[in-house]
Amino acid sequence: MKNIRNFSIIAHIDHGKSTLADRMIQYCGVVEDRNFKNQILDNMDIERERGITIKSQAITLPYRSRDGKDYILNLIDTPGHVDFSYEVSRSLASCEGVLLLIDAAQGVQAQTVANLYMAMEHDLEIIPVINKIDLPSADVDKVMEQIDSELGLDPYASLPCSAKEGTGVEEILEAIVHRIPPPKGDPEAELATTIFDAHYDPFRGTIIHCRVFEGTIRTGDIIRLMHDETTHRVEEVGSFLLPRQKKASLSAGDVGYIIAGIKTVSDVQIGDTITLDKRPRKEPLPGFRESKPVVFASIYPIASDDYEELAMSLEKYKLNDASFVYQKDSSIALGQGFRCGFLGLLHLEIVQERLEREYNLSIILSVPSVRYRFTLNDGEVLYIDNPAYYPDPMSIATSEEPYIRAAMMFPERYMGAVMKLCKEKRGENSALSYPSPGRIELVIEMPLADVIYDFYDGLKSITQGYGSFDYDIIDYRQSSLVLLDILVNGDRVDALSQIVYRGSARERGLRACERLKEEIPRQMFKIAIQGAVGGEIISRTTISAYRKDVTAKCYGGDITRKRKLLEKQKKGKKRMKMVGSVAIPQSAFIAILKSDNT
Amino acid sequence: MIPGIYVHIPFCLSKCAYCDFYSVTSTKKIPHFIESILKEMEMYRGIFNRFDTLYLGGGTPSLLDSAQLAEIIDGIRKCFPLSSDTEITIEVNPGDLNRKAAESLFETGINRISIGVQSFDEHILSFLGRRHSSIDAISAIEDVQNAGFGNIGLDLIYGVPGQDLESWMNTLRKALSFRPEHLSCYQLTLEPSTPLGRKYKAGEIDPPDEDLLYEFFIKTSELLEASGYTHYEVSNFARDPEFMSRHNRKYWDHTPYLGLGPAAHSFSGNRRWWNHRCVDRYIEEVNKKMPPIEKSEILTLKQLRLEALYLGLRTKMGINLQDFSERYSFDLLDKKNVVLGRLREEGLITILDNHIYPTRRGLAISDSLSLI
Ligand SMILES: Nc1nc2c(ncn2[C@@H]2O[C@H](COP(=O)(O)OP(=O)(O)OP(=O)(O)O)[C@@H](O)[C@H]2O)c(=O)[nH]1
Ligand code: SF4
Ligand SMILES: [Mg+2]
Repeated sequence: MKNIRNFSIIAHIDHGKSTLADRMIQYCGVVEDRNFKNQILDNMDIERERGITIKSQAITLPYRSRDGKDYILNLIDTPGHVDFSYEVSRSLASCEGVLLLIDAAQGVQAQTVANLYMAMEHDLEIIPVINKIDLPSADVDKVMEQIDSELGLDPYASLPCSAKEGTGVEEILEAIVHRIPPPKGDPEAELATTIFDAHYDPFRGTIIHCRVFEGTIRTGDIIRLMHDETTHRVEEVGSFLLPRQKKASLSAGDVGYIIAGIKTVSDVQIGDTITLDKRPRKEPLPGFRESKPVVFASIYPIASDDYEELAMSLEKYKLNDASFVYQKDSSIALGQGFRCGFLGLLHLEIVQERLEREYNLSIILSVPSVRYRFTLNDGEVLYIDNPAYYPDPMSIATSEEPYIRAAMMFPERYMGAVMKLCKEKRGENSALSYPSPGRIELVIEMPLADVIYDFYDGLKSITQGYGSFDYDIIDYRQSSLVLLDILVNGDRVDALSQIVYRGSARERGLRACERLKEEIPRQMFKIAIQGAVGGEIISRTTISAYRKDVTAKCYGGDITRKRKLLEKQKKGKKRMKMVGSVAIPQSAFIAILKSDNT
Repeated sequence: MIPGIYVHIPFCLSKCAYCDFYSVTSTKKIPHFIESILKEMEMYRGIFNRFDTLYLGGGTPSLLDSAQLAEIIDGIRKCFPLSSDTEITIEVNPGDLNRKAAESLFETGINRISIGVQSFDEHILSFLGRRHSSIDAISAIEDVQNAGFGNIGLDLIYGVPGQDLESWMNTLRKALSFRPEHLSCYQLTLEPSTPLGRKYKAGEIDPPDEDLLYEFFIKTSELLEASGYTHYEVSNFARDPEFMSRHNRKYWDHTPYLGLGPAAHSFSGNRRWWNHRCVDRYIEEVNKKMPPIEKSEILTLKQLRLEALYLGLRTKMGINLQDFSERYSFDLLDKKNVVLGRLREEGLITILDNHIYPTRRGLAISDSLSLI
């Protein structure tokens, strides 16, 4: 046990976690150079294309240190985006230490701070790493100052590196060996294993990623998942070498995987504790929380014939993404579909893209919404995340919406612009601090609904990329809400309805009309678009019809060529949803929320 | 539903700037080509019962002299049964005709003539790269009229970059002054593979915008209908129903047709096939006794349906709903109820006696109509 080191790499988005992991993997020689590809742990297409990590990844690295001893390093690369912060916290719960990466050019950012707190809560050894020192704009001295003043860590304990060029990697590996304590725990005790992740393998079912704290788990054991009390027989355990390597057992201190005939990843809960059925532990390990969706939207197939296929695809998709939840739903305008819950907008976009790409589906997402709380006159409390179920306004006693506490960091010169943006988003109870000269940390409470869209993009653009942002959901607050409907040629399109703050209704109605005008292509007849609240029209616009599109000649019997063109156009049209007689493109449903500055 | 024959004569003296029909500018191969046509038709002997149209298109069929044309027509008569009233059409280029040539054309049995006038405006003609002048066109029309042809069509082009409505209306009025039996008014299409298409892509020329094209289209239709012509297809007008092109209508309603010559298309049942788009290759294959077919496709019911819809909606005859549902197993009225209702409200179609007819404004967007 004394030569095992368990650690995560944490950082603000894009500070280079996955790239550093690449270098460490190469340094330890687990992948032959010719098989190496960048961001090797980001193994989904979508991760590689977007250059972001969506799912934590664990890998075991054998390392011979300068003192000549051999070590087993269990590395967990974590996603940087806030949507996945629960996952990060579970990864941290499995470690004794972290590498806290800071981009030498960007310095400390909001999630650097959030991640630091998280690591401190878990009592982890923190090794600050200043990455990207190769950049011409790198300012190592300044980052060292920030490490001191903003993070309260010893700047001289930090290590410089360039993950891109591979400089400083050996020093980091040495620091891991010498500064991060080895795991503790009794291999003979009752089994206590925490699940920090799970993924789905089409041949083996769910593969649990875990960290053993106490006891030993062997092939053939009957394990018990403490949260829902289910039991399973262990088929295989092993460690995350490349490729995975089977072992006879995992013991206290080990990070590894368990295969136990569990069908879907939803049958296991991230953060749950595994123990042995015949010699169970009394209490689960602390820190478990069910992952809760915060953004909701309905998914419909573009062609209603594809409903069954969508249902099947969602079922399959769900095997691999436990934080995605869904149930049946139907819309008057869009037909049969599913109401889905997501961790945030990035998560939503990822699900949409993966469904389209991996399952070859054409789908429409309704306008995303948060979950509102209504108390009716008779005392009944309703949680509503779907505008279709907006209660009769006459029956509502109070309405409330979820609020977040946002933490932002940015240079002082953007203070005015950021405050203005926050005010527009109904920010309140702001608190300012100056973690170091010229830098501001702003903590402010805002309604989640106003933040899920555009806020981050808006912040980035007004701070010219220097602003960063992190948030936690805090509570529900009373708010005056109305239902904003969109009428297309006089027909209400329920999937375009939104629940909005009364004070913003008019502006949101105007914006929706404008966006739809941009998104809906001209058609054979004029299209009238209106925004309405409680039957009153508050905004309107029209899209004129086109008048001439016919090709002159279908000559010489070459009908095929023309048909092929039309088939292509028809396919394009298939990507749009017919609402009455109007074809609405997929993009319209999300665009409706976007404001001008993005 | 009697089939028709098309013969593609792929020779032109020079290439017009907008043209993407298949043709070559060397006439050396004409004798070989004629031999090959005669051989190719033999391959289809006995397959079709009877034909009632023969269309000699191109290219420039008028580059062949009457003896050569007669050789082809006689070959066809020997090979296939033709109805006694067969419509035999030839496309001619104004510059290639004189009184004598017109008379000998008439003697070959050709009874319909389509003249590629395109415009009476010299600027437009030269922009289009035509090798004839408007004077040539006028004398060609007079020559064929005097030679005894009773069914003459003029082909015209509008929507040319730089062309205004007035220039076009002048051309139209000039054309009307000859009281031709048939008029084709094509909006210029800038095909990417042509010199004009490339100029367009490079931003060197600026075609009229959609509103102006719509004006051209509607004004053309109004003027010609007021002059007694029937606007029976997007680009076609007939002085009397008997002058509607019998041959072209076969393309529009899935009547079988046999295409001979390079790049010619054929259709029968649910199969369409086309020949190599290369005279040399065509001649070579025929000499090897191989059908010179480049490719064929079997159309699915869905494809046939789409074709029927867009071809039908291009014509005044519209779509016979009963017939459509029998041939293509699709009840339009039932399945497209909402959209058809809307189109009718907007005055783009009429629905009458179990037919859908495009209105004049409907014809202007008939491509989209077919995508409902
Ligand atoms: N110049 C330079 N660029 C780097 C260095 N390390 C990473 N990058 C670049 O920074 C970008 C982000 O790197 P990633 O490794 O994907 O960052 P990440 O922290 O894993 O990002 P998320 O997983 O999305 O949070 C990529 O374009 C890298 O090539 C470095 O040392 N120097
Ligand atoms: S004469 Fe006709 S076929 Fe020949 S190039 Fe001109 S337009 Fe094309
Ligand atoms: Mg990453």
